[in-house]
Parts: sequence; C-alpha cells; structure tokens
Amino acid sequence: MAEKKTLGQEFTKGIIKENPVLRLVLGTCPTLATTTSMESAIGMGISAAIVLVCSNIVISALRKVIPQKVRIPCYIVVIAAFVTIVQMLVKAFVPTLDEQLGVYLPLIVVNCIILGRAEAFAGKNSVIASAVDGLGMGVGFTVALIVMSTVRELLGAGSLLGHSVLPESVPPMTIFILAPGGFFVFGLVMACANKIAEAGGHKKATLGGCKACPMAASCEKLQNGEECGKEVEKA
Amino acid sequence: MSENTAEKKLLTVSASPHRRTQDTTRGIMLDVIIAMIPALVLSVVLFGFDSLKLVLVSVAFSVLFEWLCRKVMKRDNTIGDLSAIVTGILLAFNLPSTMPLYMVIIGDAVAIIVVKQFFGGIGQNFVNPALVGRIVLMMSFPTYTNNFAEPFAWKIDKIDAVSGATPLALFAGNYSHDAAVSVMNSSELPGLSQMFFGIRAGCLGETCAAALIVGALYLFIRKVISPTIPLCYIGTVAVIMLIRGGGSLSFTAYQVMAGGLLLGAIFMATDYTTSPMSFKGKVIYAVGCGIITSLIRIFGSLPEGVSFSIILMNILVPHIERLTHSRPFGAVKEKKEKKEKEATA
Repeated sequence: MAEKKTLGQEFTKGIIKENPVLRLVLGTCPTLATTTSMESAIGMGISAAIVLVCSNIVISALRKVIPQKVRIPCYIVVIAAFVTIVQMLVKAFVPTLDEQLGVYLPLIVVNCIILGRAEAFAGKNSVIASAVDGLGMGVGFTVALIVMSTVRELLGAGSLLGHSVLPESVPPMTIFILAPGGFFVFGLVMACANKIAEAGGHKKATLGGCKACPMAASCEKLQNGEECGKEVEKA
Repeated sequence: MSENTAEKKLLTVSASPHRRTQDTTRGIMLDVIIAMIPALVLSVVLFGFDSLKLVLVSVAFSVLFEWLCRKVMKRDNTIGDLSAIVTGILLAFNLPSTMPLYMVIIGDAVAIIVVKQFFGGIGQNFVNPALVGRIVLMMSFPTYTNNFAEPFAWKIDKIDAVSGATPLALFAGNYSHDAAVSVMNSSELPGLSQMFFGIRAGCLGETCAAALIVGALYLFIRKVISPTIPLCYIGTVAVIMLIRGGGSLSFTAYQVMAGGLLLGAIFMATDYTTSPMSFKGKVIYAVGCGIITSLIRIFGSLPEGVSFSIILMNILVPHIERLTHSRPFGAVKEKKEKKEKEATA
C-alpha cells in the first residue's frame, strides 16, 4: 500500500505476483467449475475481466461519494449492474457460451476477485490506476483459467477448444474434467505459480498488509499501530 | 528406522520408552509381501501370465516413482523399506488382468507421487495410496477397469480374453428379496466352493478367498496386524447382508467373498498410517467401513464399494483418533480441560 507503483507495475502484478486465483486464492469456485473446457474458461475469464475493469472504474470514481458504512452494498449494486450488461450481451451474441456457463455467469456478482479488488484497491486509488489494476487482475484470472482448462480439457476429454487432439486409441482420463481432477490441477498450477513468483524474487502474496484488509476500519490492533503480519501472510 | 543410528559407543540418556524391538518398517513390509504371495500365485493360475506381468510392471514403476520423487525432492531414499513394492502389488491386485499396462503406470504415478510423496512419503499419506490409484483409474477408464477376464480364459483363447461378469456385478441393482434369489439361482453365478477357491471373474488379488485368508492368518500370527479391523469390517458387512437377505446364509457368504471385501479388509483397511491406533478406534473405523460398503452395494449405482468406503473412513481417522485417544493413567477429565485452557491462554 505504502510504496508507489507505476501503472505498468499495477498491471503486471495481477498476472503472476498477485494473480487473484493462483496467489491470492480468490474466486476458486468459478475457477474449478468453468475450467472443464477451454471455451467456457475463456468466456468466463473475459466476462469477469470486463466486469472487473468497469466496476473498478466506477467504484474508484465514486469512492468519495460512497459512505464508508454502506460501501459493500454500493459496490455490489455497481458490480451487479455490469454483470447484467455482460450477461445480456453474452446471451445476445454467444448464446452457446451462456448455456455452458449457466449459473456461473450471473454469479460473477459475488465473485470474490471483483469485490476484493473494489475493497482493496478501487475504493482507495485513482480511476486510471484502478482501471489498470482491474485489467491486470482480469488478465491474470483469464490466464489462470486458460492454463487450467488446457490441462483439464486435453487430459480429460482429449480435445482442445472442442477439437479432438488425441488419437482415438488413447482414451482420455475422464477424472480430469470431474471435480477431483479440477482440484488436482488447481493445486499443481498453484504450486507452479508460486515457484515462478519465488524465482522472480517475490515472497508470499499478501493483500498489501493490514491496511488493505477489509476489516481495517474496525480493527483494534491496526488502530493501536500493530500489524498482524503473520496472519495476513498465511491467508 | 532411526533405531539403527544408535550404534555409537556413547552412553545415551534418553526419554522412555527404553525397550527396543527388532521390528523395522522393512521387516513388516516384507511380511505383508509374503502374505500376498498365495493370492498372487492364484491370480497367475486363474488369469495367466497377464496378471504376473501386471504385478511386475506395477511394482517396478512404483519403486521407480518413489526413487525419482525422493531424488527430485532431495530427500533420503526410502525404496529400501519395501513400502513402494507393497503399494505396487496392492494396486495391481485391485485391477483386472485385462488392464492396459500404461494405465497401470498412471495408477502407480497417482499412488506414489500424488498420494504418498506429495504428502511427505511413508507414514504421512492421509489415505491409502493404492486405493486412490485404483479409484482414479476407475473414474478415468471405467470401460477398462470393468473388463474382467473369465477365469482360465487364457488357456482356451489367447487372442481375445472372454470377458465375464463379477458376482457383485450380477447382484448389482438386485438386492430386493426376489431379485437376489433369482440371481443366486442363475447359472452365471459361480458356486460357493468356486467362490472360496477364487474360480470367478474379478480383479487379480480379490478372487480367491482361501488365499487371502491364509495371508491374513500369517499376518495375525506374525502380529503384523491385529485381527480387530478385518473381523469387525467383514462382520459388519455380514450382519447387514444377513438382515438384508432375510437370514439367508448363502447370500451372506456370497456377499462376504465377492468383490474386494476380503482383500480390502485384510490388506488395505489395516494400513498403519491410515487406521486408528486404539482398540475402540479400530472398531469404530472398521464398522464404519462395513456400513459404507454395504450401503454402496445395496443402494449405490456401483456394484462394489470397498475402495470408496476405506478411503472415506481413512479421511475420518484423525477425528476417530481424537475421540478415542487413551487418557494418561490417573488423569481426570476436568483437569485435562483445564490444562488445555491454560495452554491456549
């Protein structure tokens, strides 16, 4: 929070260093649910990224108008408005994607990543920085989904983007498109992301210290000048 | 394991227990392997050299994966304790002889790398590695794991093995009284003595009740496993099936000998790492296994539920241990709670 970042850094931090899914472990539910095929993963990633950028911009622009005590409902209203727009667009132009994503498309409203960025970043930073942060996080989310869905679709269904790749004689391992396979791939990809981030000199991902914590305003420890650093790092 | 390092000629002052035994992981695992030999020999007699090939490939790759994993993780090597060999044999025992060999290798990789080494190696796995290997294969390649060769088919026709239905597959969905009676009267179902000597379709190690019981007796006599878990497990299934079958003894006998119940109860539910330590805990664990197995057989869509029931109870073992751990001599319950409060404060 304290150190100033350039816009470029705000963008790139979302891809590996603070990747929302792989490093902050947010939004795992849609991640596991929509990575059974690459098509739905890409659709989910792009829809969430659009909502994320738009809601970050609006919330950041309204950050001085929104009262502290009712900020969460306000954020949700803004996010829900954009989700509705995206959902209508998807229904109109790519109805097959709408069928594939099913309930997970409207559920972007309560996606932790979007609310998390609104709370941790957009509510405190300028419009441009928030837009870039949203874009970076959105790209990071999409990349994570694409990586996971590639592995799962290739091994679990023997196809990529719906086109079968593996020869008929090799039966696909169905377990990869089932829930256990999803958790398994998630764990492995997360381990790889941690390895890459460590190699790049980043330590464990944090939400930017105690001040970025959603409970910061009501936290007694923080008001006394203490930081619960260890706990935040674990989370 | 670390006992061997105490050969330095220094006087050591150490905390109790001071008694040493000759038991080593290697010795115990060797006993388990010896106990599995009768079943292995019978599977070769029944299903031909396919089954020996399957076991050998499975063992070789288990050991290879164990060695590679320890090497990559830069930890000391543990292939000498023979546990990887046991896992390899058990996984092969849980598969039909027609299984393609590369699938067996995938199963070994899941069992050793994912379940065992990712969690820290021997003694750290929270579920039985061989069973997870089997379940992953079962969910991934259901057509292959359900393709059972008829016993002695290898003698008649070497090109294409005749596939046969396992006794439990015949019973599947037929647990109502009339249906069960008609299954028992059908000519497809092997006779009870055939069941006992393993002349039926099934996975490699599960068919022959006699060989498994011989193995179990060897393990009981060598005190490698206590009879509590196998007896309670099999007993629970027997009681439930006796009630379900309206008191029919032959139905109960079929249910006990069919499927992987004996193999699972003797060799897999008794794994030290994933079963409770106290007597009470063992009883709870084994009865739980028996109830889940029976429920899956009677009401589930799968013909057999031994592997899932053992895995489910494996996951509950830490909780069973917490509920049943023995109290130090003379300790009173209130005192302990107080202590805990003090410790947390």
